[in-house]
Amino acid sequence: MTRRYLPPALVFVTILVVWEVGVNAAGIQGFLLPPPSRIIASVQSEWAVIWPAGLFTLREALGGLLGGTALAVLAGFAVARWSLIRAGALPFAIAAGSAPIIALAPITNQWFGITNPVAKMSVVGVMVFFPVMINLVRGLTDVGAGKLELMHSYAAPDRATLLKVRLPNALPYLLSALRVAVALCLIGAIVTEYFGGSRAALGVYISQQASLTRMAEAWAGIVVVMLFGGALQLLIVLAERILLPWHPSRRAASG
Amino acid sequence: MTTVVTIKGVDKVFPSRKGADTVALRGIDIEVASGEFVSLLGPSGCGKSTLLRIIGDLLPPTSGQVVVNGKTPAEARRDRDYGMVFQQATLLDWRRVLANIELPLEVAGQAPAERERRAREMLDLVELNEFADHFPWQLSGGMQQRVAIARALTLQPELLLMDEPFGALDEMTRERMQMELMRIWQQTANTVIFVTHSIPEAVFLSTRVVVMSPRPGRIVGVVEIDLPQPRQFETREEPRFFEKLVDVREMLRGAEE
Amino acid sequence: MVATPASPPAPALRPLVGFLLILVALLGLWEGYKLLGQSTGGTIPFTDVNLPVRTDDRSLPHIWEIVGSILAPAQRGSEEPLGLVLARASFVTFREALAGFAAGSTIGILLGLAFVRSPLVERGLMPWVIASQLIPLLAIAPMVVLWAGRYRLPLWIAVAVIAALLSFFPVTVNTVRGLRSPSPTSVEMLRSFAASPTQELRKLRIPASLPYLFTALKVAAGASVIGTLVGELPSGLPDGLGRQLLTFSYYYGSGPEKLFAAVLFSVLLGVVFVALVGLVERLVIPPARRVQS
Repeated sequence: MTRRYLPPALVFVTILVVWEVGVNAAGIQGFLLPPPSRIIASVQSEWAVIWPAGLFTLREALGGLLGGTALAVLAGFAVARWSLIRAGALPFAIAAGSAPIIALAPITNQWFGITNPVAKMSVVGVMVFFPVMINLVRGLTDVGAGKLELMHSYAAPDRATLLKVRLPNALPYLLSALRVAVALCLIGAIVTEYFGGSRAALGVYISQQASLTRMAEAWAGIVVVMLFGGALQLLIVLAERILLPWHPSRRAASG
Repeated sequence: MTTVVTIKGVDKVFPSRKGADTVALRGIDIEVASGEFVSLLGPSGCGKSTLLRIIGDLLPPTSGQVVVNGKTPAEARRDRDYGMVFQQATLLDWRRVLANIELPLEVAGQAPAERERRAREMLDLVELNEFADHFPWQLSGGMQQRVAIARALTLQPELLLMDEPFGALDEMTRERMQMELMRIWQQTANTVIFVTHSIPEAVFLSTRVVVMSPRPGRIVGVVEIDLPQPRQFETREEPRFFEKLVDVREMLRGAEE
Repeated sequence: MVATPASPPAPALRPLVGFLLILVALLGLWEGYKLLGQSTGGTIPFTDVNLPVRTDDRSLPHIWEIVGSILAPAQRGSEEPLGLVLARASFVTFREALAGFAAGSTIGILLGLAFVRSPLVERGLMPWVIASQLIPLLAIAPMVVLWAGRYRLPLWIAVAVIAALLSFFPVTVNTVRGLRSPSPTSVEMLRSFAASPTQELRKLRIPASLPYLFTALKVAAGASVIGTLVGELPSGLPDGLGRQLLTFSYYYGSGPEKLFAAVLFSVLLGVVFVALVGLVERLVIPPARRVQS
């Protein structure tokens, strides 16, 4: 355990120290790049504001994540099932993947109201939708001819092949998509708020503090984003540990 | 002896877009009796795997007739008359060894208790009891292939179809696996059709070797291997074994001319 | 699939047909949703529950109205069609995105080369590269814009810097991955005829890395458009698409279809930029060697 986690921890501490000392030594003005000590001080002094703001934005992010993932799973099954849709859906999804989904924010703001969390959730949902759907389709279809022939030789009905082969095969794909989605949903919610949003939201807080050149406070908001992001990543890692004890990524640990 | 497989005048043509169709098999006639161990032997591209897949209803023949237990291959497959073993073990990575062996029983809708009893029996047969709770990646290639054999035998199939099952193994493991297969065959008295391109493997395992020629795949001849049963480690060192090797080898060479 | 005889491969048109089918279905869904709302008076059929999005022309303009607005003059008393205004704004944003993309990718490629050539550089710099990813880079756009203002740099540079920040990481990672992708046997083969490290790089590692590199470049291109759009919001740059999005959403009441048109142009800008990189990929890499992204 120590050997695995100590080096990155050391690197992290080193980076913080270099940052702190470097900013002070180079005489960079505090409002441009505040040293970590000032950011931490701001986290403490602003906690009463940024914590509820963070929770508000987290709710938007999670709402979008859940909605987008649920729709993507439904769509993924349909796409994996019908090959003509699949032939069109992959280029469509890839095109959508390169589109700046964030540009939908002003529209959903108009639809649902600029302070309504649903406006943000729907943008986040669309962002999350495509990576999750693409990966699920890959997981359901990249099964390997051998396994399908095996099930065919047992005269297995389609449902058995789906439940016993395709679904378990898709699980790691789905989880790695969720890893991406989890990172995406927080950033998505924050940036969607840069197009305007409730005063109770973290993204609005960050952009306002920045425009007032209160940089330490703005960075304190970023710290909250990082905390939530880290916590969500940890949840996914935990889910992978529990759900995928058989996965190759575990071989190094136990084999 | 009853006939398990009858193949009459089977052709297989793979159409190609450019009009140059590939004739994989032409005019194949074989009969396989119950309890026989028949090898299909030939160089790459002779259609031996294609023929096995036609028997197992993984491919339809272009023309000709295949009868398995008095049924079409599709009916036989639906009645779960087949056990199949491929070159790759194709175990499901997310299932432990025991659950992998239970898979065909699950698909056939058997009760959990019966499934486990039967799977443990099979695990016994391939002598892997202590690995029941391992994941596939924790096993060596040879062990994985033994699990695949156990899985193929759980439904007590009439017919065991094996497509170069030891092709991916090293020579030492391969010979051990051949002994193992002989022991299992003696115990189960299965009918086996076995695809290989190794002459010693075919001669050591089989009661009959069907020699095939490449493009279009035809049957060149059949060599009866009347070496004493059960085959033992020493079988490979007997003069009669070498004589049979020479017979098969000459028949293969004759096919090239 | 298993039991069917070898059928001729699907015609190349299949993806296109499917693509168009999905597009038509989505457009149909849009207009169908409007029709549904108008027939029930804005509620989900057989209930009193309101539909999630209102179906009047203000919330959901007809598709032909959106297309029409692109051809119509942008403002009263002006000859210029909206499409031209938006195309000009797109070009401004594209230039910024391209500058950031080029800078970020160049840095990424150089870093990747340096990491593969020198373990010392890798050990020294890699932690910083990884640490940079702990920060939500897109979210610090307002701060980056402020930095640029402080140093009296043109604002478009700040916007490009955000695009570069988003671009460099995927490019660095995939350059390293691609340069290390040749198998040990091919490396040993080159060493067996005494190829110099430079030859090894030029004849083996760089060609092998190209598919990986282009996969990352496409990601970077998409990200740089997002970075530019977001960067334009706090910068107050008047010419780009980001500002247009804000403007048309401010004047939404007087022409909702204009906002939809601006969003359409933003989406197309991202897709076209990535497609351009894909086009270059096609010219550089023979088809057989392309990786599926």
